[in-house]
Amino acid sequence: MSDPVSACNGAPDVHDPRVAACIDRYWRRNVRLTAGLLALWALAGLGCGVLFADALNRVRLGGFPLGFWFAQQGSILVFVVLILVYALVLNRLDARHRRELAALRGAAAGGDRG
Amino acid sequence: MTIQGWTFVFVGLSFALYLGIALATRVRDTEGFYVAGRAVPSIANGMATAADWMSAASFLSMAGLIATLGYAGGMYLMGWTGGYVLLALLIAPYLRKFGHFTVPDFVGDRYESRVARVVAVGCAIFVSFTYVAGQMRGVGIVFSRFLEVDITVGVMIGMAIVFAYATLGGMKGITWTQVAQYWVLITAFLIPTIAISIQLTGHAIPQVGMGSELLGQGMPLLAKLDQIHTDLGFASYTEPFLGQWSRLNVFCVTLALMVGTAGLPHVIVRFYTVRNVKAARWSAFWALAFIALLYLTAPATAAFARYHMIASLDGAARTTLPAWFRSWEKTGLVLWLDDGDGRVAYRGPARTDENEVFRCGALSPAELASVREEHGRWLASAGAQGADGRTRLRALGLSGPDHDILVLAAPEMAALAGWIVALVAAGGLAAALSTASGLLLVISSSVAHDLYYRIVDPRASEAQRLLVGRVVIGLAVVVAGLFGIFPPGFVSQVVAFAFGLAASSFFPAIVLGIFTTRVGTVPATLGMLAGIGFTATYIIGSVYGGMPHWCFGIDPQGIGAVGMLVNFAVTLTLTPLCPRPSARVRDLVESIREPEGAGPAVYIETAPEH
Repeated sequence: MSDPVSACNGAPDVHDPRVAACIDRYWRRNVRLTAGLLALWALAGLGCGVLFADALNRVRLGGFPLGFWFAQQGSILVFVVLILVYALVLNRLDARHRRELAALRGAAAGGDRG
Repeated sequence: MTIQGWTFVFVGLSFALYLGIALATRVRDTEGFYVAGRAVPSIANGMATAADWMSAASFLSMAGLIATLGYAGGMYLMGWTGGYVLLALLIAPYLRKFGHFTVPDFVGDRYESRVARVVAVGCAIFVSFTYVAGQMRGVGIVFSRFLEVDITVGVMIGMAIVFAYATLGGMKGITWTQVAQYWVLITAFLIPTIAISIQLTGHAIPQVGMGSELLGQGMPLLAKLDQIHTDLGFASYTEPFLGQWSRLNVFCVTLALMVGTAGLPHVIVRFYTVRNVKAARWSAFWALAFIALLYLTAPATAAFARYHMIASLDGAARTTLPAWFRSWEKTGLVLWLDDGDGRVAYRGPARTDENEVFRCGALSPAELASVREEHGRWLASAGAQGADGRTRLRALGLSGPDHDILVLAAPEMAALAGWIVALVAAGGLAAALSTASGLLLVISSSVAHDLYYRIVDPRASEAQRLLVGRVVIGLAVVVAGLFGIFPPGFVSQVVAFAFGLAASSFFPAIVLGIFTTRVGTVPATLGMLAGIGFTATYIIGSVYGGMPHWCFGIDPQGIGAVGMLVNFAVTLTLTPLCPRPSARVRDLVESIREPEGAGPAVYIETAPEH
């Protein structure tokens, strides 16, 4: 049975320190974004929809008490938007990461020739 | 044409479509059978995920449940959609990068443990079977009410259809059938609600109509509902935290459903079918967008139907009872036991002594007939003979109509055209069949891939594995059908608990497996056992053993949230005491996080015959 890592075609060489730093940067940005979006998730769903629902119900949104609206409509809309933002931002982050890795690989290849 | 005629047309056409897709999507290898060749476009996968997710329970029961619970119904709405955020952000892209076939594959490889893999397989099979049983019951209800065929015949027709496209096409057949089923079910759900919304409020968008004034009443629908509820002794429709549903309970149930959703194997496995990590993220977005279309409409359906139901039932006399009541009375899902004044009184818990509207629940037709007969004698003799059926049904907790009829009866309540009523029947069947087929595939892959191929006979050839997969899915269809014909009484409760079990077992193991490299085999396995052990004990103890809700009075449906914390706590406490995972596992985690390159190599790819 072959070594799982070397069998990965096209995967970057994680043992190169510059590549490792690049991967680390990407991962930290990813975790920050994920944590931020999850905070909004908790605020909209568990916060406005549940914990503060009775207080928000004193405010009216058209014919809706606001807490009730968050529990049955608003939180769901927020959830859809959160995933949309995540997909957009992270797919761009991926593309940037890919460019950075390609630049490193190009530099490494140039170094080999020289 | 009659409602029944239209129903035959719609159900017949939709079934013919599903069979056509089955023939067009036959597969020849395990990659096609388990993960649709990993070539499903993200929008199509989103639709299939949505159809997979929206079960007979979402389609038939959820709006009814919301109508009964009012504000607290939001637990289910938020729980079953909020879970997708966790899934999209914490699980789907990483498991797609991991790229095997099943959830137990990930648990087994990440924690390098055969025990963990077997525990995961057991959870996957248990969760899937309890779920499937509920779907088949939904098929039975639709057939018996609309086509007036025997439930057994109905379930057998449903089984035959699922059997055809699941065994021929595997995940590929299931996925494309689910895309078609999504359109059938969402059309069937939206059209009646839009029609009712226009009728009641003049707005074509139900979500707006729900917050608008009732035509001719001069007050908002929700305010009117609150007022009727208070007058008739029900809890307020929009006020939170009444009775059993305290703030803590609503919080825990919502959280348990969210986390459980993200841990359910039949949902996670859908993200294995798309081309790459980017497609997995888009696919999660499309899935929730398509799901939200139904979940944003269901509360409107609930509020409209609640209003119609009370307005048309309460105070009606035998001659003025609406037609929908007559047709549903035959099924026993709604009953009227008069107190002698000849008028229906539909009352809530605060005035439960006066209530005359019930359901038959788990009573057999013979028991129900005896209750009715005794009640008739009691009425005729002015209380001297027989027994008051209302007291008896109230004691059994059968006050009020069954939740399940609300969606199916809503178009009839609003006196919509026959073809709309029939469309809803076809939608209910689509919802039940699409979910059932997704679950059956999980059962098949758990048994044929995780148990047979990965543990019993790792040298099995591709052809053998495909054959085993097909045989298992066939057997699973038969078992699921038997559940539908002889429904075990515990099904509806158990489905809700499946979320608690998924929340307390899979979710922490998967998330920690991706976001830390430090957590090893022993803490993760013990964490899963502690979480699921705690949750299962609490649920079984309080539901069947009469145990008090000793954990801060938390409802068994919400205990999964605590179970998840127990799992996290046990795993993280033991982690510093246990050895680090091997270098192989650390490389595996690194490669899952890295969006570049191919997925990590797996035993499967290096196995002979592959």
